This record gives sequence, C-alpha cells and structure tokens, in this order.
Amino acid sequence: MPLDPVTQVSGRAVFIPGADIDTDRIIPARFMKCVTFDGLGEFAFYDVRFDSETGEKTDHPLNDPRFEGASILLAGVNFGCGSSREHAPQSLKKFGFNGVVAESFAEIFFGNSTTLAMPCVIASAADIAALRDAVENDPATTVTIDVDALRVRSSGGLDFAVTMPDSARDALVSGRWDPIQELLDSESAIEAKARELHYV
Amino acid sequence: MGKNLFQKVWDAHTVGTLADGRTQLFIGTHLIHEVTSPQAFGMLRDLGLKVKFPQRTFATVDHIVPTVDQDAPQDPLAAEMMQALRKNADDFGVTYFDLASGKQGIVHVVGPEQGITQPGTTIACGDSHTATHGAFGAIAFGIGTTQVRDVLASQTLALEALKVRRIEVNGDLRPGVYAKDVILHIIRLLGAKGGIGYAYEYAGDVFDRMSMEERMTVCNMSIEGGARCGYVNPDAKTVAYLKGRPYVDMSDFDTTAARWLSFASDADAKFDDIVRINAADIEPTVTWGISPDHGISISESIPDPAKATSAQEKASIDEALAYMKLPAGTPIKGVKIDVAFIGSCTNGRISDFREVAKFIQGHRVAAGVKAIAVPGSQIVAIQCEQEGIPEIFRAAGFEWRGAGCSMCLAMNPDKLIGDQLCASSSNRNFKGRQGSPTGRTVLMSPVMVAAAAINGSIADAREVFDLQQAAVA
Ligand code: SF4
Repeated sequence: MPLDPVTQVSGRAVFIPGADIDTDRIIPARFMKCVTFDGLGEFAFYDVRFDSETGEKTDHPLNDPRFEGASILLAGVNFGCGSSREHAPQSLKKFGFNGVVAESFAEIFFGNSTTLAMPCVIASAADIAALRDAVENDPATTVTIDVDALRVRSSGGLDFAVTMPDSARDALVSGRWDPIQELLDSESAIEAKARELHYV
Repeated sequence: MGKNLFQKVWDAHTVGTLADGRTQLFIGTHLIHEVTSPQAFGMLRDLGLKVKFPQRTFATVDHIVPTVDQDAPQDPLAAEMMQALRKNADDFGVTYFDLASGKQGIVHVVGPEQGITQPGTTIACGDSHTATHGAFGAIAFGIGTTQVRDVLASQTLALEALKVRRIEVNGDLRPGVYAKDVILHIIRLLGAKGGIGYAYEYAGDVFDRMSMEERMTVCNMSIEGGARCGYVNPDAKTVAYLKGRPYVDMSDFDTTAARWLSFASDADAKFDDIVRINAADIEPTVTWGISPDHGISISESIPDPAKATSAQEKASIDEALAYMKLPAGTPIKGVKIDVAFIGSCTNGRISDFREVAKFIQGHRVAAGVKAIAVPGSQIVAIQCEQEGIPEIFRAAGFEWRGAGCSMCLAMNPDKLIGDQLCASSSNRNFKGRQGSPTGRTVLMSPVMVAAAAINGSIADAREVFDLQQAAVA
C-alpha cells in the first residue's frame, strides 16, 4: 500500500481562539453515535457554531463567510486535549481541514492526525499571532505548511520555522503516515515476541 | 544505573524499530468498547485482515448503555452500536462481556475486576482513561481508532517512548482528603498540559498506603494532567488484589507474582523529572472552571480575573467564568447545584459507594437536586446489593442505576439540561461534557458530591459529615 507523501499542504486559513480546545469541543460526544466516520464533518465545533437554545449560527470564525473553505486551522496551546476520540481529527478533515498550526498539541490528537495525513505543526505564540492578523486582514491569504522544510509561509510574505517530532515529519514526507503495512511486515518478530512474553 | 518501570515494560515489549524511528511495541492486552471500535473493524474488513491475537482482546459495552433498562436502548443509534459490537466480537472471535454476562461495565472497571489488567504488561484501548490500568504497574494508554485497527491486526503499535516524571507525595493526608483530591491537586499544580510527553510515576507514602482502587482513581486522571499514562509500582497490595481473579493464571502464582514485582522501578532508577508534594498541603479540591486544572480547595474563592498575572491567564479565567456563570472572587462553597453524579471510571467502584454509604445514612438530598448513583460495573452493582448499599442511597434520595459511563459523558439518556450545574465524581469539566452544550460540571470526590447533594450547594464534606474519623489512605 504505497501512500502519497505529504510534503506540504496549503490553503486559506482560519484562527480559532482559545487555549486547551478539547476534543469534546471539536466533536461533542453525542455525535459519536455512529459506526462510521463518514458524516462527522458537519458536526465539527457544533456547540460553538450553533446557539444551544435558538439553533442559530453564532459569530464563531467557522461561521464567518470570509473564512469559508479555509483548510488550515490556526490555534493556541494544548489543542485537541481530552479524549482519544479519532472522531475529532476525522471531523476536522471531513470539514475540510488539511493541516493545523498551533502553539502545542495534546499527544493523542497529534498522533491521530498524523495517521490521517493531516500535519500538525508547532509555532511560537508570536508567529501564530502574526499569521492570525494577516489572515484576518486578508482572508484570501494562502498559508502553506511546508512539512519537508518545517516552515510555514503565507502569500503575504510571512515565513517562519515550525517544529514537529522527527518521526512524524518523516512518516508524512516519506508516505509512511499510516504504519499498518510496516507493522504487519514484521509478523515473525511479533510472533517471537508473543512467545517470549509469559502472559500472552 | 537502574531502570524505571516504564523503561522495563517498554524494553520487554519492543518488537523493533520502524523506518521513521518509532518503536514497534507489542500490546499485551487490548480492550475495546462500542464507540471507538466499529470503524476499526470496518477498516479491518476493508483490508481483508483478521484479529491477530483474538484471545488478547476483550470487549465490553459502556459509553452508550442506558442506566435504566440497560439492554433496551430507546435510541436506534445506540442499539445499532451495541449490535455492531456483538457482531464484531462474534465475527472476529473476541471475548465480549455483554449485558447478559453479569460482567459488563466501564472498560476500565472491568479489566482490573477480571484480573485482565496485570503488572508489567502493555495495555491499549481506544479511550484516553486507559491510564487507569497503570495502578497495577502496567503501561496503559489511550489510542485512536486507526491505532485500534493496528492493534487488532498486528497486536502492535508504532509509538515513541515517553519521558518519565516521578511525582512523590509524602506524609499523611488529612481527614476527609481522598485520592480524587490528590490527583486534582497534582493537576492544579502541574497544569492540564504539564504532562505532555511524560508518563507519570506516582510514588511515596501516600500512594504506597492507598488501596488499589484509590490508585486507579489517581492513574485515571493522568490524562487530565496531559500525561498519556500514569502508574504506581506494583507491590504486595497489587498481588493480593489480583490473586484468584478470573484471568489470573493461578498454576504457579508465586512465580507470576515475583515476575510482576520485578517490573517495579529500581531504587537507583533515573527519571527525567521529579516533583515532590507534601500530603498535608492537600485539601478537599473542587474545580471552578472548564479545564481540570481549574482547581481550588473547598475553602478558597473562585479566581478573580482582575488579579490574573498575565493577559493569557485573565482571558482564560474570563472565558471559564462566563461559561460557568460564577461570580469572580466569591467562595466556591455555597454555589448552588442542580445535579449530583456519583459514578464513572474515576470513582464508580465498590470502595466509592461504600465510603459514601458510611456518611449519607440519616441525611436527605436537598429539595430540587437530582442525585444519581451509577455503579461502574455489573459486578460492582451486585456487590453493592449484597451490602445493602442501594437502599442506603435510595433512602437518602439518590436514584440508583445500572452500570455504565452514564453522565460522565452523557452519550446515553443521562444528561444535564440547559445550564444545570452538576457536582460530579467524574473526570472532565469541559464545556458541554455532560450532555448539554451549556451544562456546567464541578469535579470533586464522591463524598464531596454527596455533601453537595445534601446541602443543595457545594459544601465541605468535613463539615456536612463527621469526617474527622474518616481519614483514608
Ligand atoms: S466513565 Fe467517562 S471517562 Fe470513563 S470511560 Fe466512560 S466516558 Fe470515558
């Protein structure tokens, strides 16, 4: 199963304010009553996009027509904290996001996103603020996450370094972001390990 | 130089190194439930793969089961998920503790109860509270659904090793301070993201003295502190708890027990970080905001954004107070509650219900408060019945329910309505966590929940009950 390398993703961007955006906020638990991930896109950030009483759209950035079709998400610290639900990155992907730039990520969310070929890169607060301002001043700004070079660039001329663990970068750029085949390939080593472990 | 438990377990389970530098780690025990597994089985079918070691995979149903008429969900989506798990377990030959087994329950209650959770093993589950199993000296962590597929298909995962932070709590806990207060205090000190990149080793007098169930309460909330897993080194209590449980091989138990204990961190083990906490500094702790690190002791006041030391802190307090609709700078004690919930994988075990039952006799839940008690498993429910605990709860005005996750995340009919405020023994106070997009959660120990239920407002259990005699651990 050769996979497509993910060396860079680009698109227009939207900034989602707030620290510690948890997975319940990204996809509320009641939308997890499903046996496939297919329909999750429309429920991304549901409870902040819609007023709980009136059902009307709020002034959340994802409802702002200026940012419609944005595919790069900008966020603050500890993005994706909380549960292990892959429903969270799945709903973002199905909503249309291809990459996330944040100050930091919760680990399980980060790993789940990498496995879905959605790069998550870490930038400084100042760089994210500059990018946010650029995007809010001109929503047509194109933002590129260059996974290969570990830089983020904007069509307006911003260009700064970002970080990502080596293994995740390597997995994305070499097209090994889904490890299943490599895991299955070591069948004999797996069986040897199982025999060695007394409890298996 | 000695090794810590994390390193020993990691090394023992390493299959090899992958091309991207990650470790291929053997997962000894895989636990699955109805919410995060159906898509993984779907992927297996698409790829034409089988479950590699079906005897090492155990399933149960917990998140969506109703707690009234457990096996008859009114919600067709819930029924579909329960049927999907049944079919997947049958098709792939996986053990399933279903509703009719008498052993169903929250996956993190069932594993230890059955003796499936053992020291020195690796455990994975598509649920972030898998850290609970670390109470036994296992390395246990939550995974995403694609990783559930990986474990089903290969019994391995692609992972990077974690750093290890040892958190020592020494000295004596004061009366009325419980395991829940200890972990809420740790998260308050180190922050909700303080543990990113780390496994937490909980060590010192306080954890040595804790029962296995108390250790589970602590390890359970490691993820709320940002740590992907947490553990306590195995000791004589661990061995005694597991002895004779259904999935423990008793044929040469002494050898098994010795092997388990050999995984404990060596006396000269190295750690990436060490944090020391004085047990006497820990008070009954409650949350006031929308992140588990928004904690204060019961005698403190709700933070005042005007006193914040940075713009970021001010914004975070403002956001939390706007959502919680709580007045800045006023005591947390006395805040009115609408709902009281005792249950979840944090505090839904037999010891939790026994402890509350000791105090609520002769008391009544305040008028207007809906109080529900939900055992963590069918076995916990049966134990409670044998001890007359449901009668005590009912007499005090609690509703006594069937086993499941219930109002911890409200994927079943147990939900907050509107902006109701819930005193909860669960683990997350995120916005909308308990089923209503505007519902409010205040985390605390089960005994504190009971005190709040009886008072009708957030209260100090030491004052509501005679807790001077009740020092635990
Ligand atoms: S009780 Fe709550 S935290 Fe625990 S497994 Fe169930 S939903 Fe998750």
